[in-house]
Amino acid sequence: MVDSGRKLLSGNEAVALAAYDAGVGLGTAYPGTPSTEIMENLAALGGPAQWSPNEKVAYEVALGASWSGARVLAAMKHVGVNVAADPLFTSTYTGVIGGFILISADDPGLASSQNEQDNRRYAVAAGIPMLEPSNSQEAYDFVFEAFRISERWSIPVMLRMTTRVCHSMTIVEPRPNIDPPKPRHFDHDIKGRTMIPGYARPAHRRLRAKLAEIDAWNEESTLHKRIDGDRSLGIITSGICYVHAREAAPTASFLKLAMTYPLPIKRIRAFVESVDRAIVIEENDPYLVDSLRAAGMKVEGKPEMYRFNELNVVRVRRILAGDVSPEPTRPPGKPPQLCVGCPHRTVLSTLRRCDAIIMGDIGCYTLAVLPPVEAMDSCVCMGASIGTGLGLRHTLPPEEARRVVSVIGDSTFVHSGITGLVDMVYNPPPTGHIVLILDNGTTAMTGLQDHPGTGVTLRKKPTGRVVFEDLARSIGIKNVHVVDPVESVSGFKKLIEDSMASDELTLIITRRPCNLALKKQQKQAGEARS
Amino acid sequence: MNAQTVTNVVFAGLGGQGVLKASDILAEVAFRRGHDVKKSEIHGMSQRGGSVTSDVRFGSEVFSPMVPEGETDFLLVLESTQTEPNRHLLKSDGVLIVPEDLLKEGQTLDQLDADESTPLNQRSLNVALLGVLSVYLDFSESEWLDGIFANLPAKLHELNAKVFAAGRAVGQRKKQV
Repeated sequence: MVDSGRKLLSGNEAVALAAYDAGVGLGTAYPGTPSTEIMENLAALGGPAQWSPNEKVAYEVALGASWSGARVLAAMKHVGVNVAADPLFTSTYTGVIGGFILISADDPGLASSQNEQDNRRYAVAAGIPMLEPSNSQEAYDFVFEAFRISERWSIPVMLRMTTRVCHSMTIVEPRPNIDPPKPRHFDHDIKGRTMIPGYARPAHRRLRAKLAEIDAWNEESTLHKRIDGDRSLGIITSGICYVHAREAAPTASFLKLAMTYPLPIKRIRAFVESVDRAIVIEENDPYLVDSLRAAGMKVEGKPEMYRFNELNVVRVRRILAGDVSPEPTRPPGKPPQLCVGCPHRTVLSTLRRCDAIIMGDIGCYTLAVLPPVEAMDSCVCMGASIGTGLGLRHTLPPEEARRVVSVIGDSTFVHSGITGLVDMVYNPPPTGHIVLILDNGTTAMTGLQDHPGTGVTLRKKPTGRVVFEDLARSIGIKNVHVVDPVESVSGFKKLIEDSMASDELTLIITRRPCNLALKKQQKQAGEARS
Repeated sequence: MNAQTVTNVVFAGLGGQGVLKASDILAEVAFRRGHDVKKSEIHGMSQRGGSVTSDVRFGSEVFSPMVPEGETDFLLVLESTQTEPNRHLLKSDGVLIVPEDLLKEGQTLDQLDADESTPLNQRSLNVALLGVLSVYLDFSESEWLDGIFANLPAKLHELNAKVFAAGRAVGQRKKQV
């Protein structure tokens, strides 16, 4: 990147640069596609960025930092917001001091996710104002707007991005536009931040009053873009859908919304009344169209078939034409797969040979569900392997229950596996249970990030390390094994069989580094020498 | 309006082949020329050896970052098995650029790696195919080299300049046919 002038940046890079330019005091995140590069880039710029064990902690640390007056950025993928939802919903009551931005990186079309949830619903449910950038320039500019709104109304603001905004590269002119952050200091505000029912009831009223003010501001905001083109077709849209629609209908009139919660209903109504046909172009859920219809507007939405998968120019053309004929099916590409020589292959195929019922989790090893390994019976969310495994163990007939194992990666274990392990100790199933931590020493799937189990920070500095075997023993698991599954496959298989036969609780840590991480280390060492 | 003023290039291959690097280089070259540029790709799960595509669009004003199906001017495929799954992206008079373009008659890709008379090989297919593409686009050889050097470590510059030139020579023959 050059130091000044225009740059070609991804949306994620633009957010990181803007946060840096706004003097962000702390950035927190757990890696998750498509959000991962935000915190990596903030760190690369020399900004104060850190990996958190999970999104809930990331959100809470950011909230505390905001109360000191620091500007903060908490970045996560859409399903990460589920994990952070608990502090999110009450942080809109407590409010913030330093500007607080929550990045929700949604994944319409599930490029790399387990579901297609639409986090615009979270903005409504939690009462958090939401901005939706459509390209990297807006991603950059909206960071400043979000900090300003956040500090003016003492409320966290959500920047809702999608995969194509996060990962597409478009031109950005950096133009920092905000006063420097205020000096840091903690002022007591006991009734404002200690949410016992007696203090939370008025806090809820304060939140609704703030949202009403923001609503009035948003009606007048210059961030929305209106294009008065051909009056026969008026398109109401936001985010990435705007650029698809501009291309699909270059002569149409447009109302492109920037802040989509609260919605500027009066502005939208005026636009709808100015055109002959008003249609909403949005990805996934009918959030905008339902809201406008509830406000009494006569607007068209998209046929249900376009709720699934992301939109693009061709699909928007079809929506505008009312085309509900089946979309052409395309020859499948090559699916992703576990690398040749990946230790996960050995572990999962061995479990398969032991006829295990395999409760899986989120990570590279989820790819073991595909041929030729086909050794995974479930994948729900971060950490679910342990809970679902325990549930099956509690309720299946004993002979079947013995075959149940939970398989979780090292980073995922830190994220959401520890409480599952505690439950195993507290509520041990009659046949015991087996948890395997597939410890390849990195968050491989999202691109080899460090985590609390590696003892290295986002900025590649040595730090405290959580030792899984020590943790497990300290909470009372007696059978803790650390093995290299590739070194002795037969020994590993026997360990599984013996553990299945016993009625005890067993934790097996299969420890062998990810080959990609090793290659990366060797490459970096080579570059350091040359 | 867009169709006339925007050039659409799609790169396709498998994870690890340098598909994204190739698209970075083209985007850089177009950006330095002063075009509006958008580039779109998917990171994450799709990169574990699976199919990868990356779209680069440039011109006076680009809206969507994704090339609409059937509007691709140039489709660069780095792995033969990925040609058919992506052919529908190409417009009817679009140009398909494939590794086989680099081969002499009767030669295989493995034989290309062993051929000491050329700097071309399978490890640098991405830059070689950019060389082929270069003869169809209005950028000078030095603009291309600037874009390549900006995206590769210094120790790889000399080799990739040779690879690019060899690819460009192939492109000149291909364009005449």
